[in-house]
Amino acid sequence: MSTTFVGMPAFPDAARAATGNAQLRHNLRKATHTIRDKRAAVVDELDDWARLRAAGAAIKDRVLRHLDVYLERLEASVTAAGGTVHWAADAAEANRIVTDLVRATGHDEVVKVKSMATQEIGLNEALGEAGITAYETDLAELIVQLGDDTPSHILVPAIHRNRSEIREIFRTRMAEWGVPAPEGLTDDPRALAEAARVHLREKFLSTKVAISGANFAVADTGTLVVLESEGNGRMCLTLPDTLISVVGIEKVVPTWSDLEVFLQLLPRSSTGERMNPYTSTWTGVTPGDGPREFHLVLLDNGRSATLADTVGRQALRCIRCSACLNICPVYERAGGHAYGSVYPGPIGAILTPQLRGVTSELDASLPYASSLCGACYEVCPVAIDIPEVLVHLRERVVEGKGHRAEKAAMAAAGWVFGDDRRLALAQRAAGAARGLVPRHLPGPGAAWTDTRDIPDIPPESFRDWWRKRHTKEGEQ
Amino acid sequence: MTGSRERVLARVRAALADVPREEAPEDAPVPRGYAREHGLGDPVALLADRLVDYRAVVHRVRPAGLARTVGAALQRRGPGPFVVPPGLPEAWLQRAGVEVVHDDGLGVAELDAAAGVVTGCAVAIAETGTIVLDAGADQGRRAITLVPDYHLCVVPAERIVASVPQALPHLDPLRPLTWISGPSATSDIELDRVEGVHGPRTLEVVIVEDAG
Amino acid sequence: MRIALFITCVNDTLFPRTGRAVLRLLERLGHEVEFPQAQTCCGQMHYNTGYRRDAQKLAVRFVETFADYDAVLVPSGSCAGMVRDNYPRLGEPGSRLRREVERVAPKVLDLSELLVDVLGVTDVGAYFPHRVTYHPTCHGLRLLRLGDRPERLLRAVRGLELVELDGATECCGFGGTFAVKNAAVSAAMGSDKARHAADTGAEVLCAVDNSCLMHIGGTLSRQRTGVRVLHLAEILASTEEEPAL
Ligand code: SF4
Repeated sequence: MSTTFVGMPAFPDAARAATGNAQLRHNLRKATHTIRDKRAAVVDELDDWARLRAAGAAIKDRVLRHLDVYLERLEASVTAAGGTVHWAADAAEANRIVTDLVRATGHDEVVKVKSMATQEIGLNEALGEAGITAYETDLAELIVQLGDDTPSHILVPAIHRNRSEIREIFRTRMAEWGVPAPEGLTDDPRALAEAARVHLREKFLSTKVAISGANFAVADTGTLVVLESEGNGRMCLTLPDTLISVVGIEKVVPTWSDLEVFLQLLPRSSTGERMNPYTSTWTGVTPGDGPREFHLVLLDNGRSATLADTVGRQALRCIRCSACLNICPVYERAGGHAYGSVYPGPIGAILTPQLRGVTSELDASLPYASSLCGACYEVCPVAIDIPEVLVHLRERVVEGKGHRAEKAAMAAAGWVFGDDRRLALAQRAAGAARGLVPRHLPGPGAAWTDTRDIPDIPPESFRDWWRKRHTKEGEQ
Repeated sequence: MTGSRERVLARVRAALADVPREEAPEDAPVPRGYAREHGLGDPVALLADRLVDYRAVVHRVRPAGLARTVGAALQRRGPGPFVVPPGLPEAWLQRAGVEVVHDDGLGVAELDAAAGVVTGCAVAIAETGTIVLDAGADQGRRAITLVPDYHLCVVPAERIVASVPQALPHLDPLRPLTWISGPSATSDIELDRVEGVHGPRTLEVVIVEDAG
Repeated sequence: MRIALFITCVNDTLFPRTGRAVLRLLERLGHEVEFPQAQTCCGQMHYNTGYRRDAQKLAVRFVETFADYDAVLVPSGSCAGMVRDNYPRLGEPGSRLRREVERVAPKVLDLSELLVDVLGVTDVGAYFPHRVTYHPTCHGLRLLRLGDRPERLLRAVRGLELVELDGATECCGFGGTFAVKNAAVSAAMGSDKARHAADTGAEVLCAVDNSCLMHIGGTLSRQRTGVRVLHLAEILASTEEEPAL
């Protein structure tokens, strides 16, 4: 079973450790730069990208402002098409619903399509406790699962692993889970993918229950949409008898034709392709084609609380493309695990504290895991103003416990800046002490001087210089 | 229906206290100024180009040459058996010369043992190099284009549209749809693209253009 | 036209040179600049760290101080961005603060905007015979959308050779309190920026924001690269008689 994130250190500590890991930094740099360049090239191809982006944001806003209406509409159309809809207020309830549904089939194995929502609720662990084995079928998820690891990226969960590490994981762990890795497995990506194909094929052809998420759920038709590359999604969505999809309540789009926007925005932002190799859409059940039973589990788990915050709400527009991760200079250096959640990177920094609150030290540190450079906002295909939400959540942290020393410092600074004469006095004091500033500062100042020199404090502030100059002019 | 339906809906409604009660969903504006298509030129040529980009094998033929091209392609893949959907036009296979199995609910083991599958398509999208299957009579149920390792798809030129927005109105969301853009692929290992994971590893496309 | 200078607290205290350069440059171009004494700080640090109310008070002070000018020159990309992009978020819709901000914020300009868009000059008559690379700071790039204005100004400087910076659009890692709250990541970003700067072979890295330059310059100096940092104003003010270096 994959490890969970409970008990992770706060972001700065985890990130510090990551920046010291040269292999990890090399893997991440190579991967994020490759994918961000691909994205830029295919986005530049479309001269209406800004308009598509505006439409994508607006459609999602429409849904969010009337989410109750759209959820009921979705429920009605899925039911009419022969599916069954379940509602889960939180992770525990969703896990209970899914476990019961699997039990009712009489099987104790399920195949899974990569899904953020089921990771968020810890479904594999819950199923495991009930004696049900969940097989991850996305290649990267398989690497994570076999390696007893946690995902570190939305799209490429094993982005932190290089080929030789993956070979080692396959060689030592595959046999425990099913078809073993072939003798003499090399670290050629082709060979590794082939080993995964053989290992998983056995599961696809025999497992009777599948669990998926969905990228979109169309309210007016009841259609679910899954975008993927490898074909493991098609296998899971087509071959088993029972399909259970766990979908966050924010995944609804109003109409079938609204997909014309998202099917252009998502692949280009995500894998940097004009279109991903496979997209599957299904509505309820189709006799003679695919699963005979379909269950949709609608998941809240903190989303309605996020919805209630009129600034933070926009985070629910997210279509999980991961463009913000790939462009983020902080993610590139800190790695996904430092974010202590299945949602890493900039979107994680605004989503996790909203879904889980800011009470733990880790969650309270996430809104600060950004230099506010704004690159994430620029690439986001649904125009989520991530810096705005980060700052907003920092306010929430400050209103809560906050940091005592910081509050005192901010109050002092506020007092000095509250009056220009006070500021002038403070500047003169600093100027007078300029010779006394050591090259390496003690205490919190060391965070600066460990790696950077500090500028010399000038003897005279601009303000004092200006005043003297004008007094002189006045005297002339 | 099970679970906390009323609870979730009540929480959602409470969260939306800022939305004026008289506002209807359609009142929330959606600017639709994006392009219906991007004017990238002849859709047939563009589709062929995009498919080649995805490393699919592409042929462009006149109707008279279709059977010969299909036959040659299948023969290159070996003696078969090749699965075909129940409604595949007979004429396409006139010169196949390989073993053909009509799908009447084949099991996964039989599909797994097949040398490949031949189908038509519902729509093809030029800009993105996408072929959409909608389980129509010449395409069959989803499993037959999934389990075999080789997929030969015949695309009549009149089914080609320029763009994603032009494709959706031709598709019935109540049918199960599979959008295929090149062979299956993964970039999960160091972002290095490897083609052929679980879906058919080889996609061969025959575009049929009318003379004139 | 009445031009006011908002020097910013960081420049005022640590980099008065930049302010003096701005004045020298604009006076050379025949423009008088006023310095309203009541100014202090835009409140960016408070706002970005989550201290909204303190930021609000400073915003009120700012709009009162600069209400009557035609242009407010802010020689710091992030402070100009703070006023233009974030001040509107500080006042409730319809509030007095929001109304004042809507009046004042559009008049707030970065030096390159004032020169190129308002005063209509790109050749400011500067002389700076050195190899220079330009780092477009995040706020200059993404909030103010300065585009190539700074580069156009630099290219027109006599003797100056402008060389391209690899990874230019990537953040240097300063980020205000980020630099100490997430010191390890900030330092890693700064170090990459410093390496790119050193790789250009430039003598000087130029930007429109002394906060970023303090971070990049501090890193460059600790790593003994020999590359110096200079604010755009100082290069544009530089002449044969009064060279910046
Ligand atoms: S926040 Fe935007 S860029 Fe980031 S994953 Fe979500 S949709 Fe993509």
